[in-house]
Amino acid sequence: MTLYPALVVCEHCDSVYRKHDLDHDEVARCGRCRAVLYRASRLDIDHLLALTLTAAIVFVIANVSPVIRITVGGMHNEANLLQAISALSQGSALIVGLVAAATLFLVPLLQIVLLGWVLLFARAGRRAPGFGFAMRVLHHIRPWSMTEVFLLGVLVAIVKLSGMLNVIAGPGTYATVVLTVLVTVIAKRDVRILWGRLSGDTDVEWGT
Amino acid sequence: MTALAPRAHELGIVGCHTCGSACSADLPRCPRCGSPLHRRKPDSLARTWAFLIAALILYIPSNVLPVMYTSMLGRGEASTILHGVVEFWKSGSWDIALLIFIASVAVPSTKFLVLGTLLVTVQRRSTWARQQRARLYRFVELIGYWSMLDVVVVALVSALVQFHLLGTAEPRLGIVFFGLVVVLTMCAAMSFDPRLIWDDADGSE
Repeated sequence: MTLYPALVVCEHCDSVYRKHDLDHDEVARCGRCRAVLYRASRLDIDHLLALTLTAAIVFVIANVSPVIRITVGGMHNEANLLQAISALSQGSALIVGLVAAATLFLVPLLQIVLLGWVLLFARAGRRAPGFGFAMRVLHHIRPWSMTEVFLLGVLVAIVKLSGMLNVIAGPGTYATVVLTVLVTVIAKRDVRILWGRLSGDTDVEWGT
Repeated sequence: MTALAPRAHELGIVGCHTCGSACSADLPRCPRCGSPLHRRKPDSLARTWAFLIAALILYIPSNVLPVMYTSMLGRGEASTILHGVVEFWKSGSWDIALLIFIASVAVPSTKFLVLGTLLVTVQRRSTWARQQRARLYRFVELIGYWSMLDVVVVALVSALVQFHLLGTAEPRLGIVFFGLVVVLTMCAAMSFDPRLIWDDADGSE
């Protein structure tokens, strides 16, 4: 016996517990350090997939349309997320531009694409090709997803500029609001439950 | 109080970081997801110290150097992070000033203090306030990335204010250091292993 599916190990203090089924909205917490062990799984794959596809559409809108438009003395200018990132990447600030590109654009994009891929196959009760890889990547990039920080940044920038210019929040801002909610719902959720749900537990993929 | 649960090493079990399954401690890799298994994050203390000290060093230029250069109608001005906070405060937007202050000053400082405290207490194998320290760690993990706020604001303002003679804005070196501080403190928090808080002096290893 190498795997103990009935047990759960607290990631924050290494305490071991036997898993119990939880009721709706219940949360299992560690008795030693009070960290969350697991939550009631309301993971409905169809719902999650629908939200992921919505997020994909909103992601495109949020990135293509301008988030802020300013006018001053008859001139106007507008910028979307990608233009903001490229403005940051000028000259010596290139490194921080790359960080912004990764956390605001690339990581959320990967989250949506990989989750959509995994869920599409999970609907049929199967593991997607590259399931293990996708799940590992999803786990590792999760802390680096910063769509909500971008949203707050947009709001601060609007206030900052409105002191001296005429500022209008563009459609990109509204799309970012929706995207923030969707990414929070789908990507911050622990999808590790899929490991146990889908068949193929004994397929050891490593070493290939 | 009921008796506390046994700990993984007492049962010969290791929890997989990636997929969360409980595995036999003698396995090199998780049988379910193939990720390497380790009882504690490798070199946790040394790595966390390294990231934290690097972040602390870069935190100085990130506050001293200007993060943005703006020129309005020929009047140019390079502003630092704190300068931006003061400007907002003076113009009456105390709420935005507070928000930026929390994200850019309070959050990084809290991370330095908390991670430093956790490192020192773990190295002294202290049993003091373990549950509170565990909670502090989770708090730091939760707030860490909000510091990126200033980077986003500088990016947006630099992209928008491009009116040649009327007004321009561009990022300056300070924001590079600041962005790196955020990344480094996040790396520091991730390399710290909260399970070390609960390891006893007489416990295994």
